[in-house]
Amino acid sequence: MAPKTGFAVIGGTETRVDGLEKVTGRTRFADDLSFPNMLYGRFLRSPHAHARIRKIDVSRAAAMPGVHCVLTGRDFPIPFGPLPISEDEYVLAFDKVTYVGEPVVAIAAIDEATADAACRAVVVDYEELDAYMTLEEALEQRGEPIHTEHRFGNIHKAVSLEFGDVAQGFAEAEYFREDVFFYQGNTHMPIEEHSCTGVPEGIDRVTLYSSTQNPHYGHRLIAKALQLPGSRVRVVATPAGGGFGGKCDTFSHEFAACRMALRTGRPVKFTLNREEVFYTHRGRHPVLMWSKIGFRRNGRITGMHFRSFLDGGAYGSLGVATTYYTGALQPCSYRIPYYKFEGTRLTTNKPVCGPKRGHGAPQPRAMIEVQMDKAAVDLGIDPAQLRLVNAIEPYSKTINHFRVTSCGLKECIEKVVEVSGFNDKWGRLPHGKGIGFAISAYLSGAGTTQYPSNGPHSEVVVKVGRFGEVQCLTGSTDIGQGSMTVHASIVAEVLGLHASDVMVINGDTATTPIDLGSYSSRVTFMSGNAALEAARRMRDQIAAVVAATFGIPADCTEFREHKVFNAVNPGQSMAWEDACALAESKLGALSSTGNYTPPDLDGPYKGGAVGPSPAYSYTALAVQVDVDPETGMIDVEKVWCAHDIGFPINQTLVIGQVEGGIYMGLSEALFEEMDYRKSRLEAPSMLDYKTITVNEMPEIETHLICTHDPEGPFGAKEVGQGPLLPAIPALLNAVYDAVGVRIDEVPCTPDKVLFAMERKADGRGGRIGPTAFPEHATTARAVRAPRPAEWENGNEGRMN
Amino acid sequence: MKQMALALRVNGEEKPVLVSPSRTLLEVLREDLNLTGTKHGCELGECGACTVLVDGKPMLSCLLPAAQVEGAEITTIEALGGPSTPHPLQLEWARLGAAQCGYCTPGFVMSAKALLDSNPEPTREDIKAAIAGNLCRCTGYHKIVEAIENFARQRKADQAIDRSIDTTATAVRAVALEARG
Repeated sequence: MAPKTGFAVIGGTETRVDGLEKVTGRTRFADDLSFPNMLYGRFLRSPHAHARIRKIDVSRAAAMPGVHCVLTGRDFPIPFGPLPISEDEYVLAFDKVTYVGEPVVAIAAIDEATADAACRAVVVDYEELDAYMTLEEALEQRGEPIHTEHRFGNIHKAVSLEFGDVAQGFAEAEYFREDVFFYQGNTHMPIEEHSCTGVPEGIDRVTLYSSTQNPHYGHRLIAKALQLPGSRVRVVATPAGGGFGGKCDTFSHEFAACRMALRTGRPVKFTLNREEVFYTHRGRHPVLMWSKIGFRRNGRITGMHFRSFLDGGAYGSLGVATTYYTGALQPCSYRIPYYKFEGTRLTTNKPVCGPKRGHGAPQPRAMIEVQMDKAAVDLGIDPAQLRLVNAIEPYSKTINHFRVTSCGLKECIEKVVEVSGFNDKWGRLPHGKGIGFAISAYLSGAGTTQYPSNGPHSEVVVKVGRFGEVQCLTGSTDIGQGSMTVHASIVAEVLGLHASDVMVINGDTATTPIDLGSYSSRVTFMSGNAALEAARRMRDQIAAVVAATFGIPADCTEFREHKVFNAVNPGQSMAWEDACALAESKLGALSSTGNYTPPDLDGPYKGGAVGPSPAYSYTALAVQVDVDPETGMIDVEKVWCAHDIGFPINQTLVIGQVEGGIYMGLSEALFEEMDYRKSRLEAPSMLDYKTITVNEMPEIETHLICTHDPEGPFGAKEVGQGPLLPAIPALLNAVYDAVGVRIDEVPCTPDKVLFAMERKADGRGGRIGPTAFPEHATTARAVRAPRPAEWENGNEGRMN
Repeated sequence: MKQMALALRVNGEEKPVLVSPSRTLLEVLREDLNLTGTKHGCELGECGACTVLVDGKPMLSCLLPAAQVEGAEITTIEALGGPSTPHPLQLEWARLGAAQCGYCTPGFVMSAKALLDSNPEPTREDIKAAIAGNLCRCTGYHKIVEAIENFARQRKADQAIDRSIDTTATAVRAVALEARG
């Protein structure tokens, strides 16, 4: 309850503005919408992981009563992708299928059962090809590559970046750690299945209502793939029933619903079933990693060489960015004087991987935090102290040229050590019980747009009416994180109102201005800043009019308690409603705009645009576990977390993100995996894809560290993704502390724990994990970037 | 397929519907009766999002043929209260931020309602057992448990106040009668 210093709304615990609609079941999610004369769309999906399509015969399906539209790949000849450098995807399989579950034919009919029956009447003649189901198979590439247009066959993207000469850093080392680690893929599993309806409007316009995180990018891609002017497409994001990155891409059902609506002149709805959601995926990449870190005896890192292989699934999605992210944030948490990163993303015949909460950062974070734990044991330094010795400092440049401003990493570490009693517990708890420690850093919004654009990343309009009603128009989408409440709170604070007085209209490409979307933890920072600017401009307009009647300068007014006060003579005030009516009578329609464009922070090298952010959040976290030596079962007893939030706009929302992020991290660490039997998912259901339920959820103690970021709205930074990251390695480190075995894999399941314990008892070392890393020369052109000046002058990155 | 005429009783109202015998209660509620407050997350009985009360017991409406609940009293989230008339449990749920995306919320609220109707003073373990079949991906469950606990505690305190008001009123009445006597 500490924050809220001098603010009326900001820093408080006000109930979210959409809270009562949600708890009463009145929120209208995508599948809750229906339209007169609506048709229902279904897909025929590929039964093969890799096959050429010889022929598709839809004649019987098209002739069935109740069927109104049948589309195949030929109806969508334009390839697309969320990143212009990676446009390798078609709405419906074009001449090949590349994973089980890939949409091949789309059918719209009077109901789902008719559409499904019509799908079964389609005859597809496939010529099966050898499938690439693992990283190794994809690398070896014995037959036809999955995408013949890719220059390096199954290698989708390769990156090689070196900052300074890492050999020089290693020459200064007195101790090395070289490790291999595997992080299995997993998926978002939002409780709401993807759903959308395309609605024809006028003669040649279409409106798409969809559970999407990114309506603006969807707008651009739908116009492109359907070969329509952007002015003919409108995308309305319905409140998303969970996103976690899984509703960032624009999906086949969204394109198909639009095309079918225009083709038939009727609304067309697609709602995926749960199995389809699992195959639609775009979740966490499986990543195999190798890392070598050089240390001095005192624990200082002298250099790091990090390599990753990402198993990308069948298409590019946002995988180029993911590849960079597996190497981007290591130097953002630790002062690494020399750094080399090589990352390679491979195409495989599996559902497409993409962005999931933490986007490419959880895998390397898990690996290096376990590696730091091992180094601490070897060096005889306690794990928290080892992190303090290397922690990045406020106002510094990372070795890969990221600008760090506010940074509470040290405070976070010290807080968690204090409240968890880490120093008294680590290495001292009885056998079976253990405590583990980890830290992380994350972006408050990506500094670069997904397609080239010089426009603002966020635009907000504030409107005020004659009766004092306030509307905040933003293109951002509320996926549960509470962005509507953040916008309402910011506008209310500036205008002296309650958050509930501000109506937020959001996520509609026709009525709200552009916002890039709810991804990369960008909304509070970027759209929040735009809202702040728009609200201040609105306040200034009203202040000028009221001040004139008070006979004072405009900056001598104060907006609070639903009134405009004369700051010179606080006895004089005007009710908010009267002030609005007066301003409108003098100025006409009252509206204001605010915009946010992040500063140009790109590093001076190719690839230097992935990772820079206007601010970074920091987290430290400890996990205490009880491991049953008989069964290998892990009971997580308690989690302590300190998060550098900058400043919380709303404490309830921030704590909610911390708890939700830790939940998702622990669930990945313990259970979740996209496991395949041949080419099919082992468990495309919510029972078999095990997640944490209320029964396994540990107590969480959260502490917010306020570093008041100079560029964040009211000092705020991100919280949606950061706290997930350290939960995973902290759990692995706690298991080691409890039973002395290293599980160098995620998830850390009981069978692995037991097997490692058996191996340890047999004297074969208590470790489970990959033993080899593919010695495959990178296809990337090696980029050697200079170290930033802040490092060359012996300042270890400090900017002052 | 042959249609069946059913007389359902939903939220205290008679709802005649004409449906195929395989139609689930979930489909009837959402698609025939336009009661979209009840959600679906799997339609296989895995996530709990479609929980409604059938004669006061929490049931997964996605697994229940509508024909099987003819004559039973069906209660959905719509019966508890609207945004301007929320049930005190819903008010507490919103206040604590126990609903983030809010998609699983109606199912959770109905599971909690069934518990609180049959067990006025549930322990934390009782609460966990009652909602263990409901999945949430946003909150980490703590605020949900807390909302149910807070509501039960508050209701008990309110009832104690009600009882003391009753006792006071009886005493005052006795004194008044005596004075008159």
